[in-house]
Amino acid sequence: MTRTIRVTVNGREHERVVEPRATLADLLREDLELTGTHVGCEHGVCGACTVLLDGEPVRACLMLAVQADGQRVTTIEGLAPAEGLHPIQEAFWAKHGLQCGYCTPGIIMSAHAFLRERPAPSREEIREMLAGHLCRCTGYHFIVEAIEAAARALAPPNTRTP
Amino acid sequence: MKPAPFDYVAPASLDEAVAALASGAGDAKVLAGGQSLVPMLALRLARPATLVDINRLPGLDAIREASGMLEIGALVRQRALERWAAARSPLFAEVLRHVAHPPIRNRGTIVGNVVHADPAAELPALLLCLEGVVVARGPRGERMIPADRFYRAPLTTALGADELATAVRFSLPPSGAGWGFAEVSRRHGDFALVGAVAVLTRNASSGALVRARLAFFGAGGTPARGLAAEQALEGHPPSAALLAEAARAAAAGLSPDADIHASAEYRQRVAATLAERTLAAAVARCGAPA
Repeated sequence: MTRTIRVTVNGREHERVVEPRATLADLLREDLELTGTHVGCEHGVCGACTVLLDGEPVRACLMLAVQADGQRVTTIEGLAPAEGLHPIQEAFWAKHGLQCGYCTPGIIMSAHAFLRERPAPSREEIREMLAGHLCRCTGYHFIVEAIEAAARALAPPNTRTP
Repeated sequence: MKPAPFDYVAPASLDEAVAALASGAGDAKVLAGGQSLVPMLALRLARPATLVDINRLPGLDAIREASGMLEIGALVRQRALERWAAARSPLFAEVLRHVAHPPIRNRGTIVGNVVHADPAAELPALLLCLEGVVVARGPRGERMIPADRFYRAPLTTALGADELATAVRFSLPPSGAGWGFAEVSRRHGDFALVGAVAVLTRNASSGALVRARLAFFGAGGTPARGLAAEQALEGHPPSAALLAEAARAAAAGLSPDADIHASAEYRQRVAATLAERTLAAAVARCGAPA
């Protein structure tokens, strides 16, 4: 049994035929070849597959592709402008917020939504958000610094603190 | 791992959903937020023949507050209640902050968390503490299942295989009631090793506790009321010694399990400590908004 679904990913509408058991992560990676969304544990714990669904972060491995029918999804590929990097990506690069990079797309998608709600977060708030993302390389210190740097970069110019 | 194949139906009405569950003959599961079910499918701990996706049903996404009751429809995401609570209820805000992580709370529903019945989850204990009910719709109509008769064993409830939980209702703490919440977990957002939640009401003139409710999670196969503590506290002014004695009595009545993360003895000791802390916090908050 298959279903035909229509999903808007990074502003482009796609029509695909999917099996009900295929997850949104499967659709993105296998059918749409958007392999920036990484799959780690495939049961919601590691956070690597986090994408935005109508602007809010969700686990792409915990949602069936059929449930994304008619919805709007943003992946890491949709975050950067045509040229260059998104300010959060820029901050991760500048602050060495990644080593192997496997967890990075998920963290950046979560950070994107997090910084919209909390433009000037405390370190504790950043760490609480990061509890939903497993990174086995960095020890998290540089990720926290990258998100702090991204918050500064995204703040309106007149509110920026050094 | 990938889920085993299943049939997928997305009914457009409540009656159709209930009919789909009934015709599934015990082998159909409800899919709402999917944050507990999809991991079980992926790990193949669950292999239902049919998933009944209720996400397109109308009228189940409301948060209604009326005469001391808070009714939450089956499609209210945890994040939506968290946003409601930010302005309305410090107790609900504190509890929800500990339920997994924002990307999980954006999809996960309140009702789904309550009926999934993980013994270490926060919301089932809150439902017990606030003497809530689960509203269930089945082929024979609607019935209300009180929280204290809902939980039977880990991941096992009084809900029939042909019933759909359409809402849960919490009795909101009366004005002037105090609350406490505490849990021990390995990381923020993990399932708790042990946790407790308490709501206390004091008589404004005598200072005595007129109503005490305490519930534990992660301390046995189901969430559990601390009835021994409630009885020890009601009718008495809350001294530090009384709170400690009540907490010890409630923890002594628990039968926690041992697992890779903690022994049963550890859980019992931590339960007593957390009960004492939540009761003390609740006493301190009496008079503040709950």
